[in-house]
Amino acid sequence: MIRATLTTLLTVMVFAPAWAGDTMRMAVTTSFHNSGLADVLLPEIRADLDLEVQLLVVGTGQALKLGRAGDVDAILVHSRKAEDAFIADGFATHRREIMYNDFVIIGPQSDPAGAGNAITAAEALNRVAANQAAFVSRGDDSGTHKMELSLWASAGLVPEGNWYKAVGAGMGAALNTASGLDAYILADRASWLNFGNKGGLALLFAGDPVLFNQYAYLPVNPDKHPHVKSDIAMRLENWLASDRAGALIDKYTISDEKLFVFNASP
Amino acid sequence: MVNQLFPLTVRGATTRHRGKTLVGPIDLDLDGQGTCVVLGPNGAGKTTLLRLLHGIARLNEGAITWACDQHAAQTSQAFVFQRPVMLRRSVLENLIYPLRIRGVSRSEARDRAERWAKRAGLGSMLDRPATFLSGGEQQKLALTRALIMDPQLVFLDEPSASLDGRATREIENILADTQKTGTRLILSTHDMGQARRLADQVIFMLGGRVHETGPAAPFFENPQTLEANAFLNGDIVE
Amino acid sequence: MTCPSLAVSVHAGQAISRAADQRVNLTLADRPRQQGRDRLGNPVECTGSALRNLPVFAGDKEEGRRLDDLWQGLMQAIWLVVTLDADLVEISLRSLQVTLSALAFACLVAMPLAALLTVRRFRLRRSVIAVMNALMGLPPVVVGLVVYVLLSRSGPLGALGLLFTPWAMIIAQMIVIIPLIASISHQSLRDLWFEYHDLLISMNVTRWQKITTLLWDARRALLTAALAGFGRGIGEVGAIMIVGGNIDHATRVLTSAIALETGKGDFALALALGFILIALAIAVNLVIHWLGRTEREGRW
Repeated sequence: MIRATLTTLLTVMVFAPAWAGDTMRMAVTTSFHNSGLADVLLPEIRADLDLEVQLLVVGTGQALKLGRAGDVDAILVHSRKAEDAFIADGFATHRREIMYNDFVIIGPQSDPAGAGNAITAAEALNRVAANQAAFVSRGDDSGTHKMELSLWASAGLVPEGNWYKAVGAGMGAALNTASGLDAYILADRASWLNFGNKGGLALLFAGDPVLFNQYAYLPVNPDKHPHVKSDIAMRLENWLASDRAGALIDKYTISDEKLFVFNASP
Repeated sequence: MVNQLFPLTVRGATTRHRGKTLVGPIDLDLDGQGTCVVLGPNGAGKTTLLRLLHGIARLNEGAITWACDQHAAQTSQAFVFQRPVMLRRSVLENLIYPLRIRGVSRSEARDRAERWAKRAGLGSMLDRPATFLSGGEQQKLALTRALIMDPQLVFLDEPSASLDGRATREIENILADTQKTGTRLILSTHDMGQARRLADQVIFMLGGRVHETGPAAPFFENPQTLEANAFLNGDIVE
Repeated sequence: MTCPSLAVSVHAGQAISRAADQRVNLTLADRPRQQGRDRLGNPVECTGSALRNLPVFAGDKEEGRRLDDLWQGLMQAIWLVVTLDADLVEISLRSLQVTLSALAFACLVAMPLAALLTVRRFRLRRSVIAVMNALMGLPPVVVGLVVYVLLSRSGPLGALGLLFTPWAMIIAQMIVIIPLIASISHQSLRDLWFEYHDLLISMNVTRWQKITTLLWDARRALLTAALAGFGRGIGEVGAIMIVGGNIDHATRVLTSAIALETGKGDFALALALGFILIALAIAVNLVIHWLGRTEREGRW
């Protein structure tokens, strides 16, 4: 009797059909997800397109890998060079620019390196390096990491030494580390604003145009992976580039701060 | 009832463990009916001889030949161990188990188990876990479980070694009943009184070999060997 | 699931006082939940789960941040349970679904394997047992990676399309817990076999009958083995995070939600989910023990 009950229960649990309807998978970056914008857009997409978008929240590097392997139907990332390579290799037919946000330099409130007084992002990093102040790097091949590396390059520096700590983790984990170490770190504004463990950290530098961060949508090429839901991915692309999405994106704020600027061409 | 297992012929049977000879070589002829008692001091090889004959100790050399084929021989024997092995089940399930193994239907097995349990005085404890029984009850259950398949031969390895007088008498009564149905018993014991009460034949073992064998009465009256004489007198024999 | 950890109002151009005593003020101002403000500020965009709109519970702010997190976590956990938060119920059920399914399949494989290793002597038996014991410490991350590579669309089993579904999580967890269950089962079956060996040989039982007898009579010890497997499975995050992808409403479970909230720096919510995970594990153990005890066959 008890065994029968248990067996039934187990069978129900195993074979309960928990997911149905139109679904597609999209790999997005942690910075996009941490912004909270997904929580605004996904319910609207569900309402407008009757489409359940399953988000895989990963770094840009892994997002591109998922696309190459055909494990997702589309990707939403922010690393122009890697995107171009992705298209050149035929894994996507095109990229559609959707919106941009910006990166900011975070550091201890006391700002021992004086990064907050810099004019350009490169100069800010220069000051951190000159003071050997602790700096936490994502070190995970993500879009943010790539941006950071290009900033170091433009500052003419190769970051090395005990003060430079590559944690190999997502934005949140890296911010946690920086918070614990009172270290400098490059973060996207959305992740920073939504981060709940700021500790002694503060936003020190922002506004240099090189810190702008373009997001692009790339549907995976069905010629490479015939099983991808290419038509659904197209529907989503059109929606993301629509005025309706634009309004939602432009209206999205955290603490009265606008996070994203919609710039998709119709 | 004609016992299809006998005569039993044992020729040069030897069992070794890691190069050391435990028992053997043994030459033995067993015939007829009744109870055969294996006597001898500790370490003489009584238990190993029983296990060897039953086929649960390895026969390294020699031959053990039953009157019937090997499979029939194996399935018409049972073994009662010195320390009863209780299945971790109820008394009733312990009795049903050997029947189910042989493909008896569940309802018939249950009927037979209840009947046998009642006969052995276990009827009031059918649903109790077997491991919760007293030593005497456990041995009774082990014996009943051995007898429930109507075996033609039952080996008993010191069946009343750690039991009190009452439990021993109950076991012996069951054994006496069993013997009447034509089932052959081969048991080892240290209890000389029990040996005299039950034995029709005696095998006296010493140092892993059969030292003396024969009908019970002459053996107890007038043993042929010095060692058997000393053993019966209660002297220490090695 | 995002949490309501609102932002502190630090703007790019805003002057920041660097006086040391300002830090305390910032820390306090940094607890936006106390301001009761909604991050989205737009009712249309409200997605309706309390996980996103948790109330703030009074804690002793003088105790420092970390202890405050613990207190907040505990209160939030109680709040989530009391209000039966929809998201919480969903991910808790999915945790149970994945781990119990993995456990059922793992037991079906591990226990007969353990019994076979007990009753059957073959040449590589000792090696198999040694390997099995060593695999108890199998790193879930590695299992996750291997399963990922196998199930990826570009992998050998890609055509099944199982990656990033609960099935992938079930498979990965199965692999993680099979050696553990098999090993613990083998220990107890071996002890029982030592006890039963002579009797079963004497009764001339077949190998199959030996296996079924051992499995049935050791069922209580096997239950313990299964519970150990459940414990390892339900608290496991390394493997399921990789093969499941932590997709909201599809493959998010308690452990991966905890990892996510920790990543967002919301230690209180992460802790709340952690407390619920522990409570769930204890509850399942109690229920199974209770079910086991109601069978009236005596105890061993």
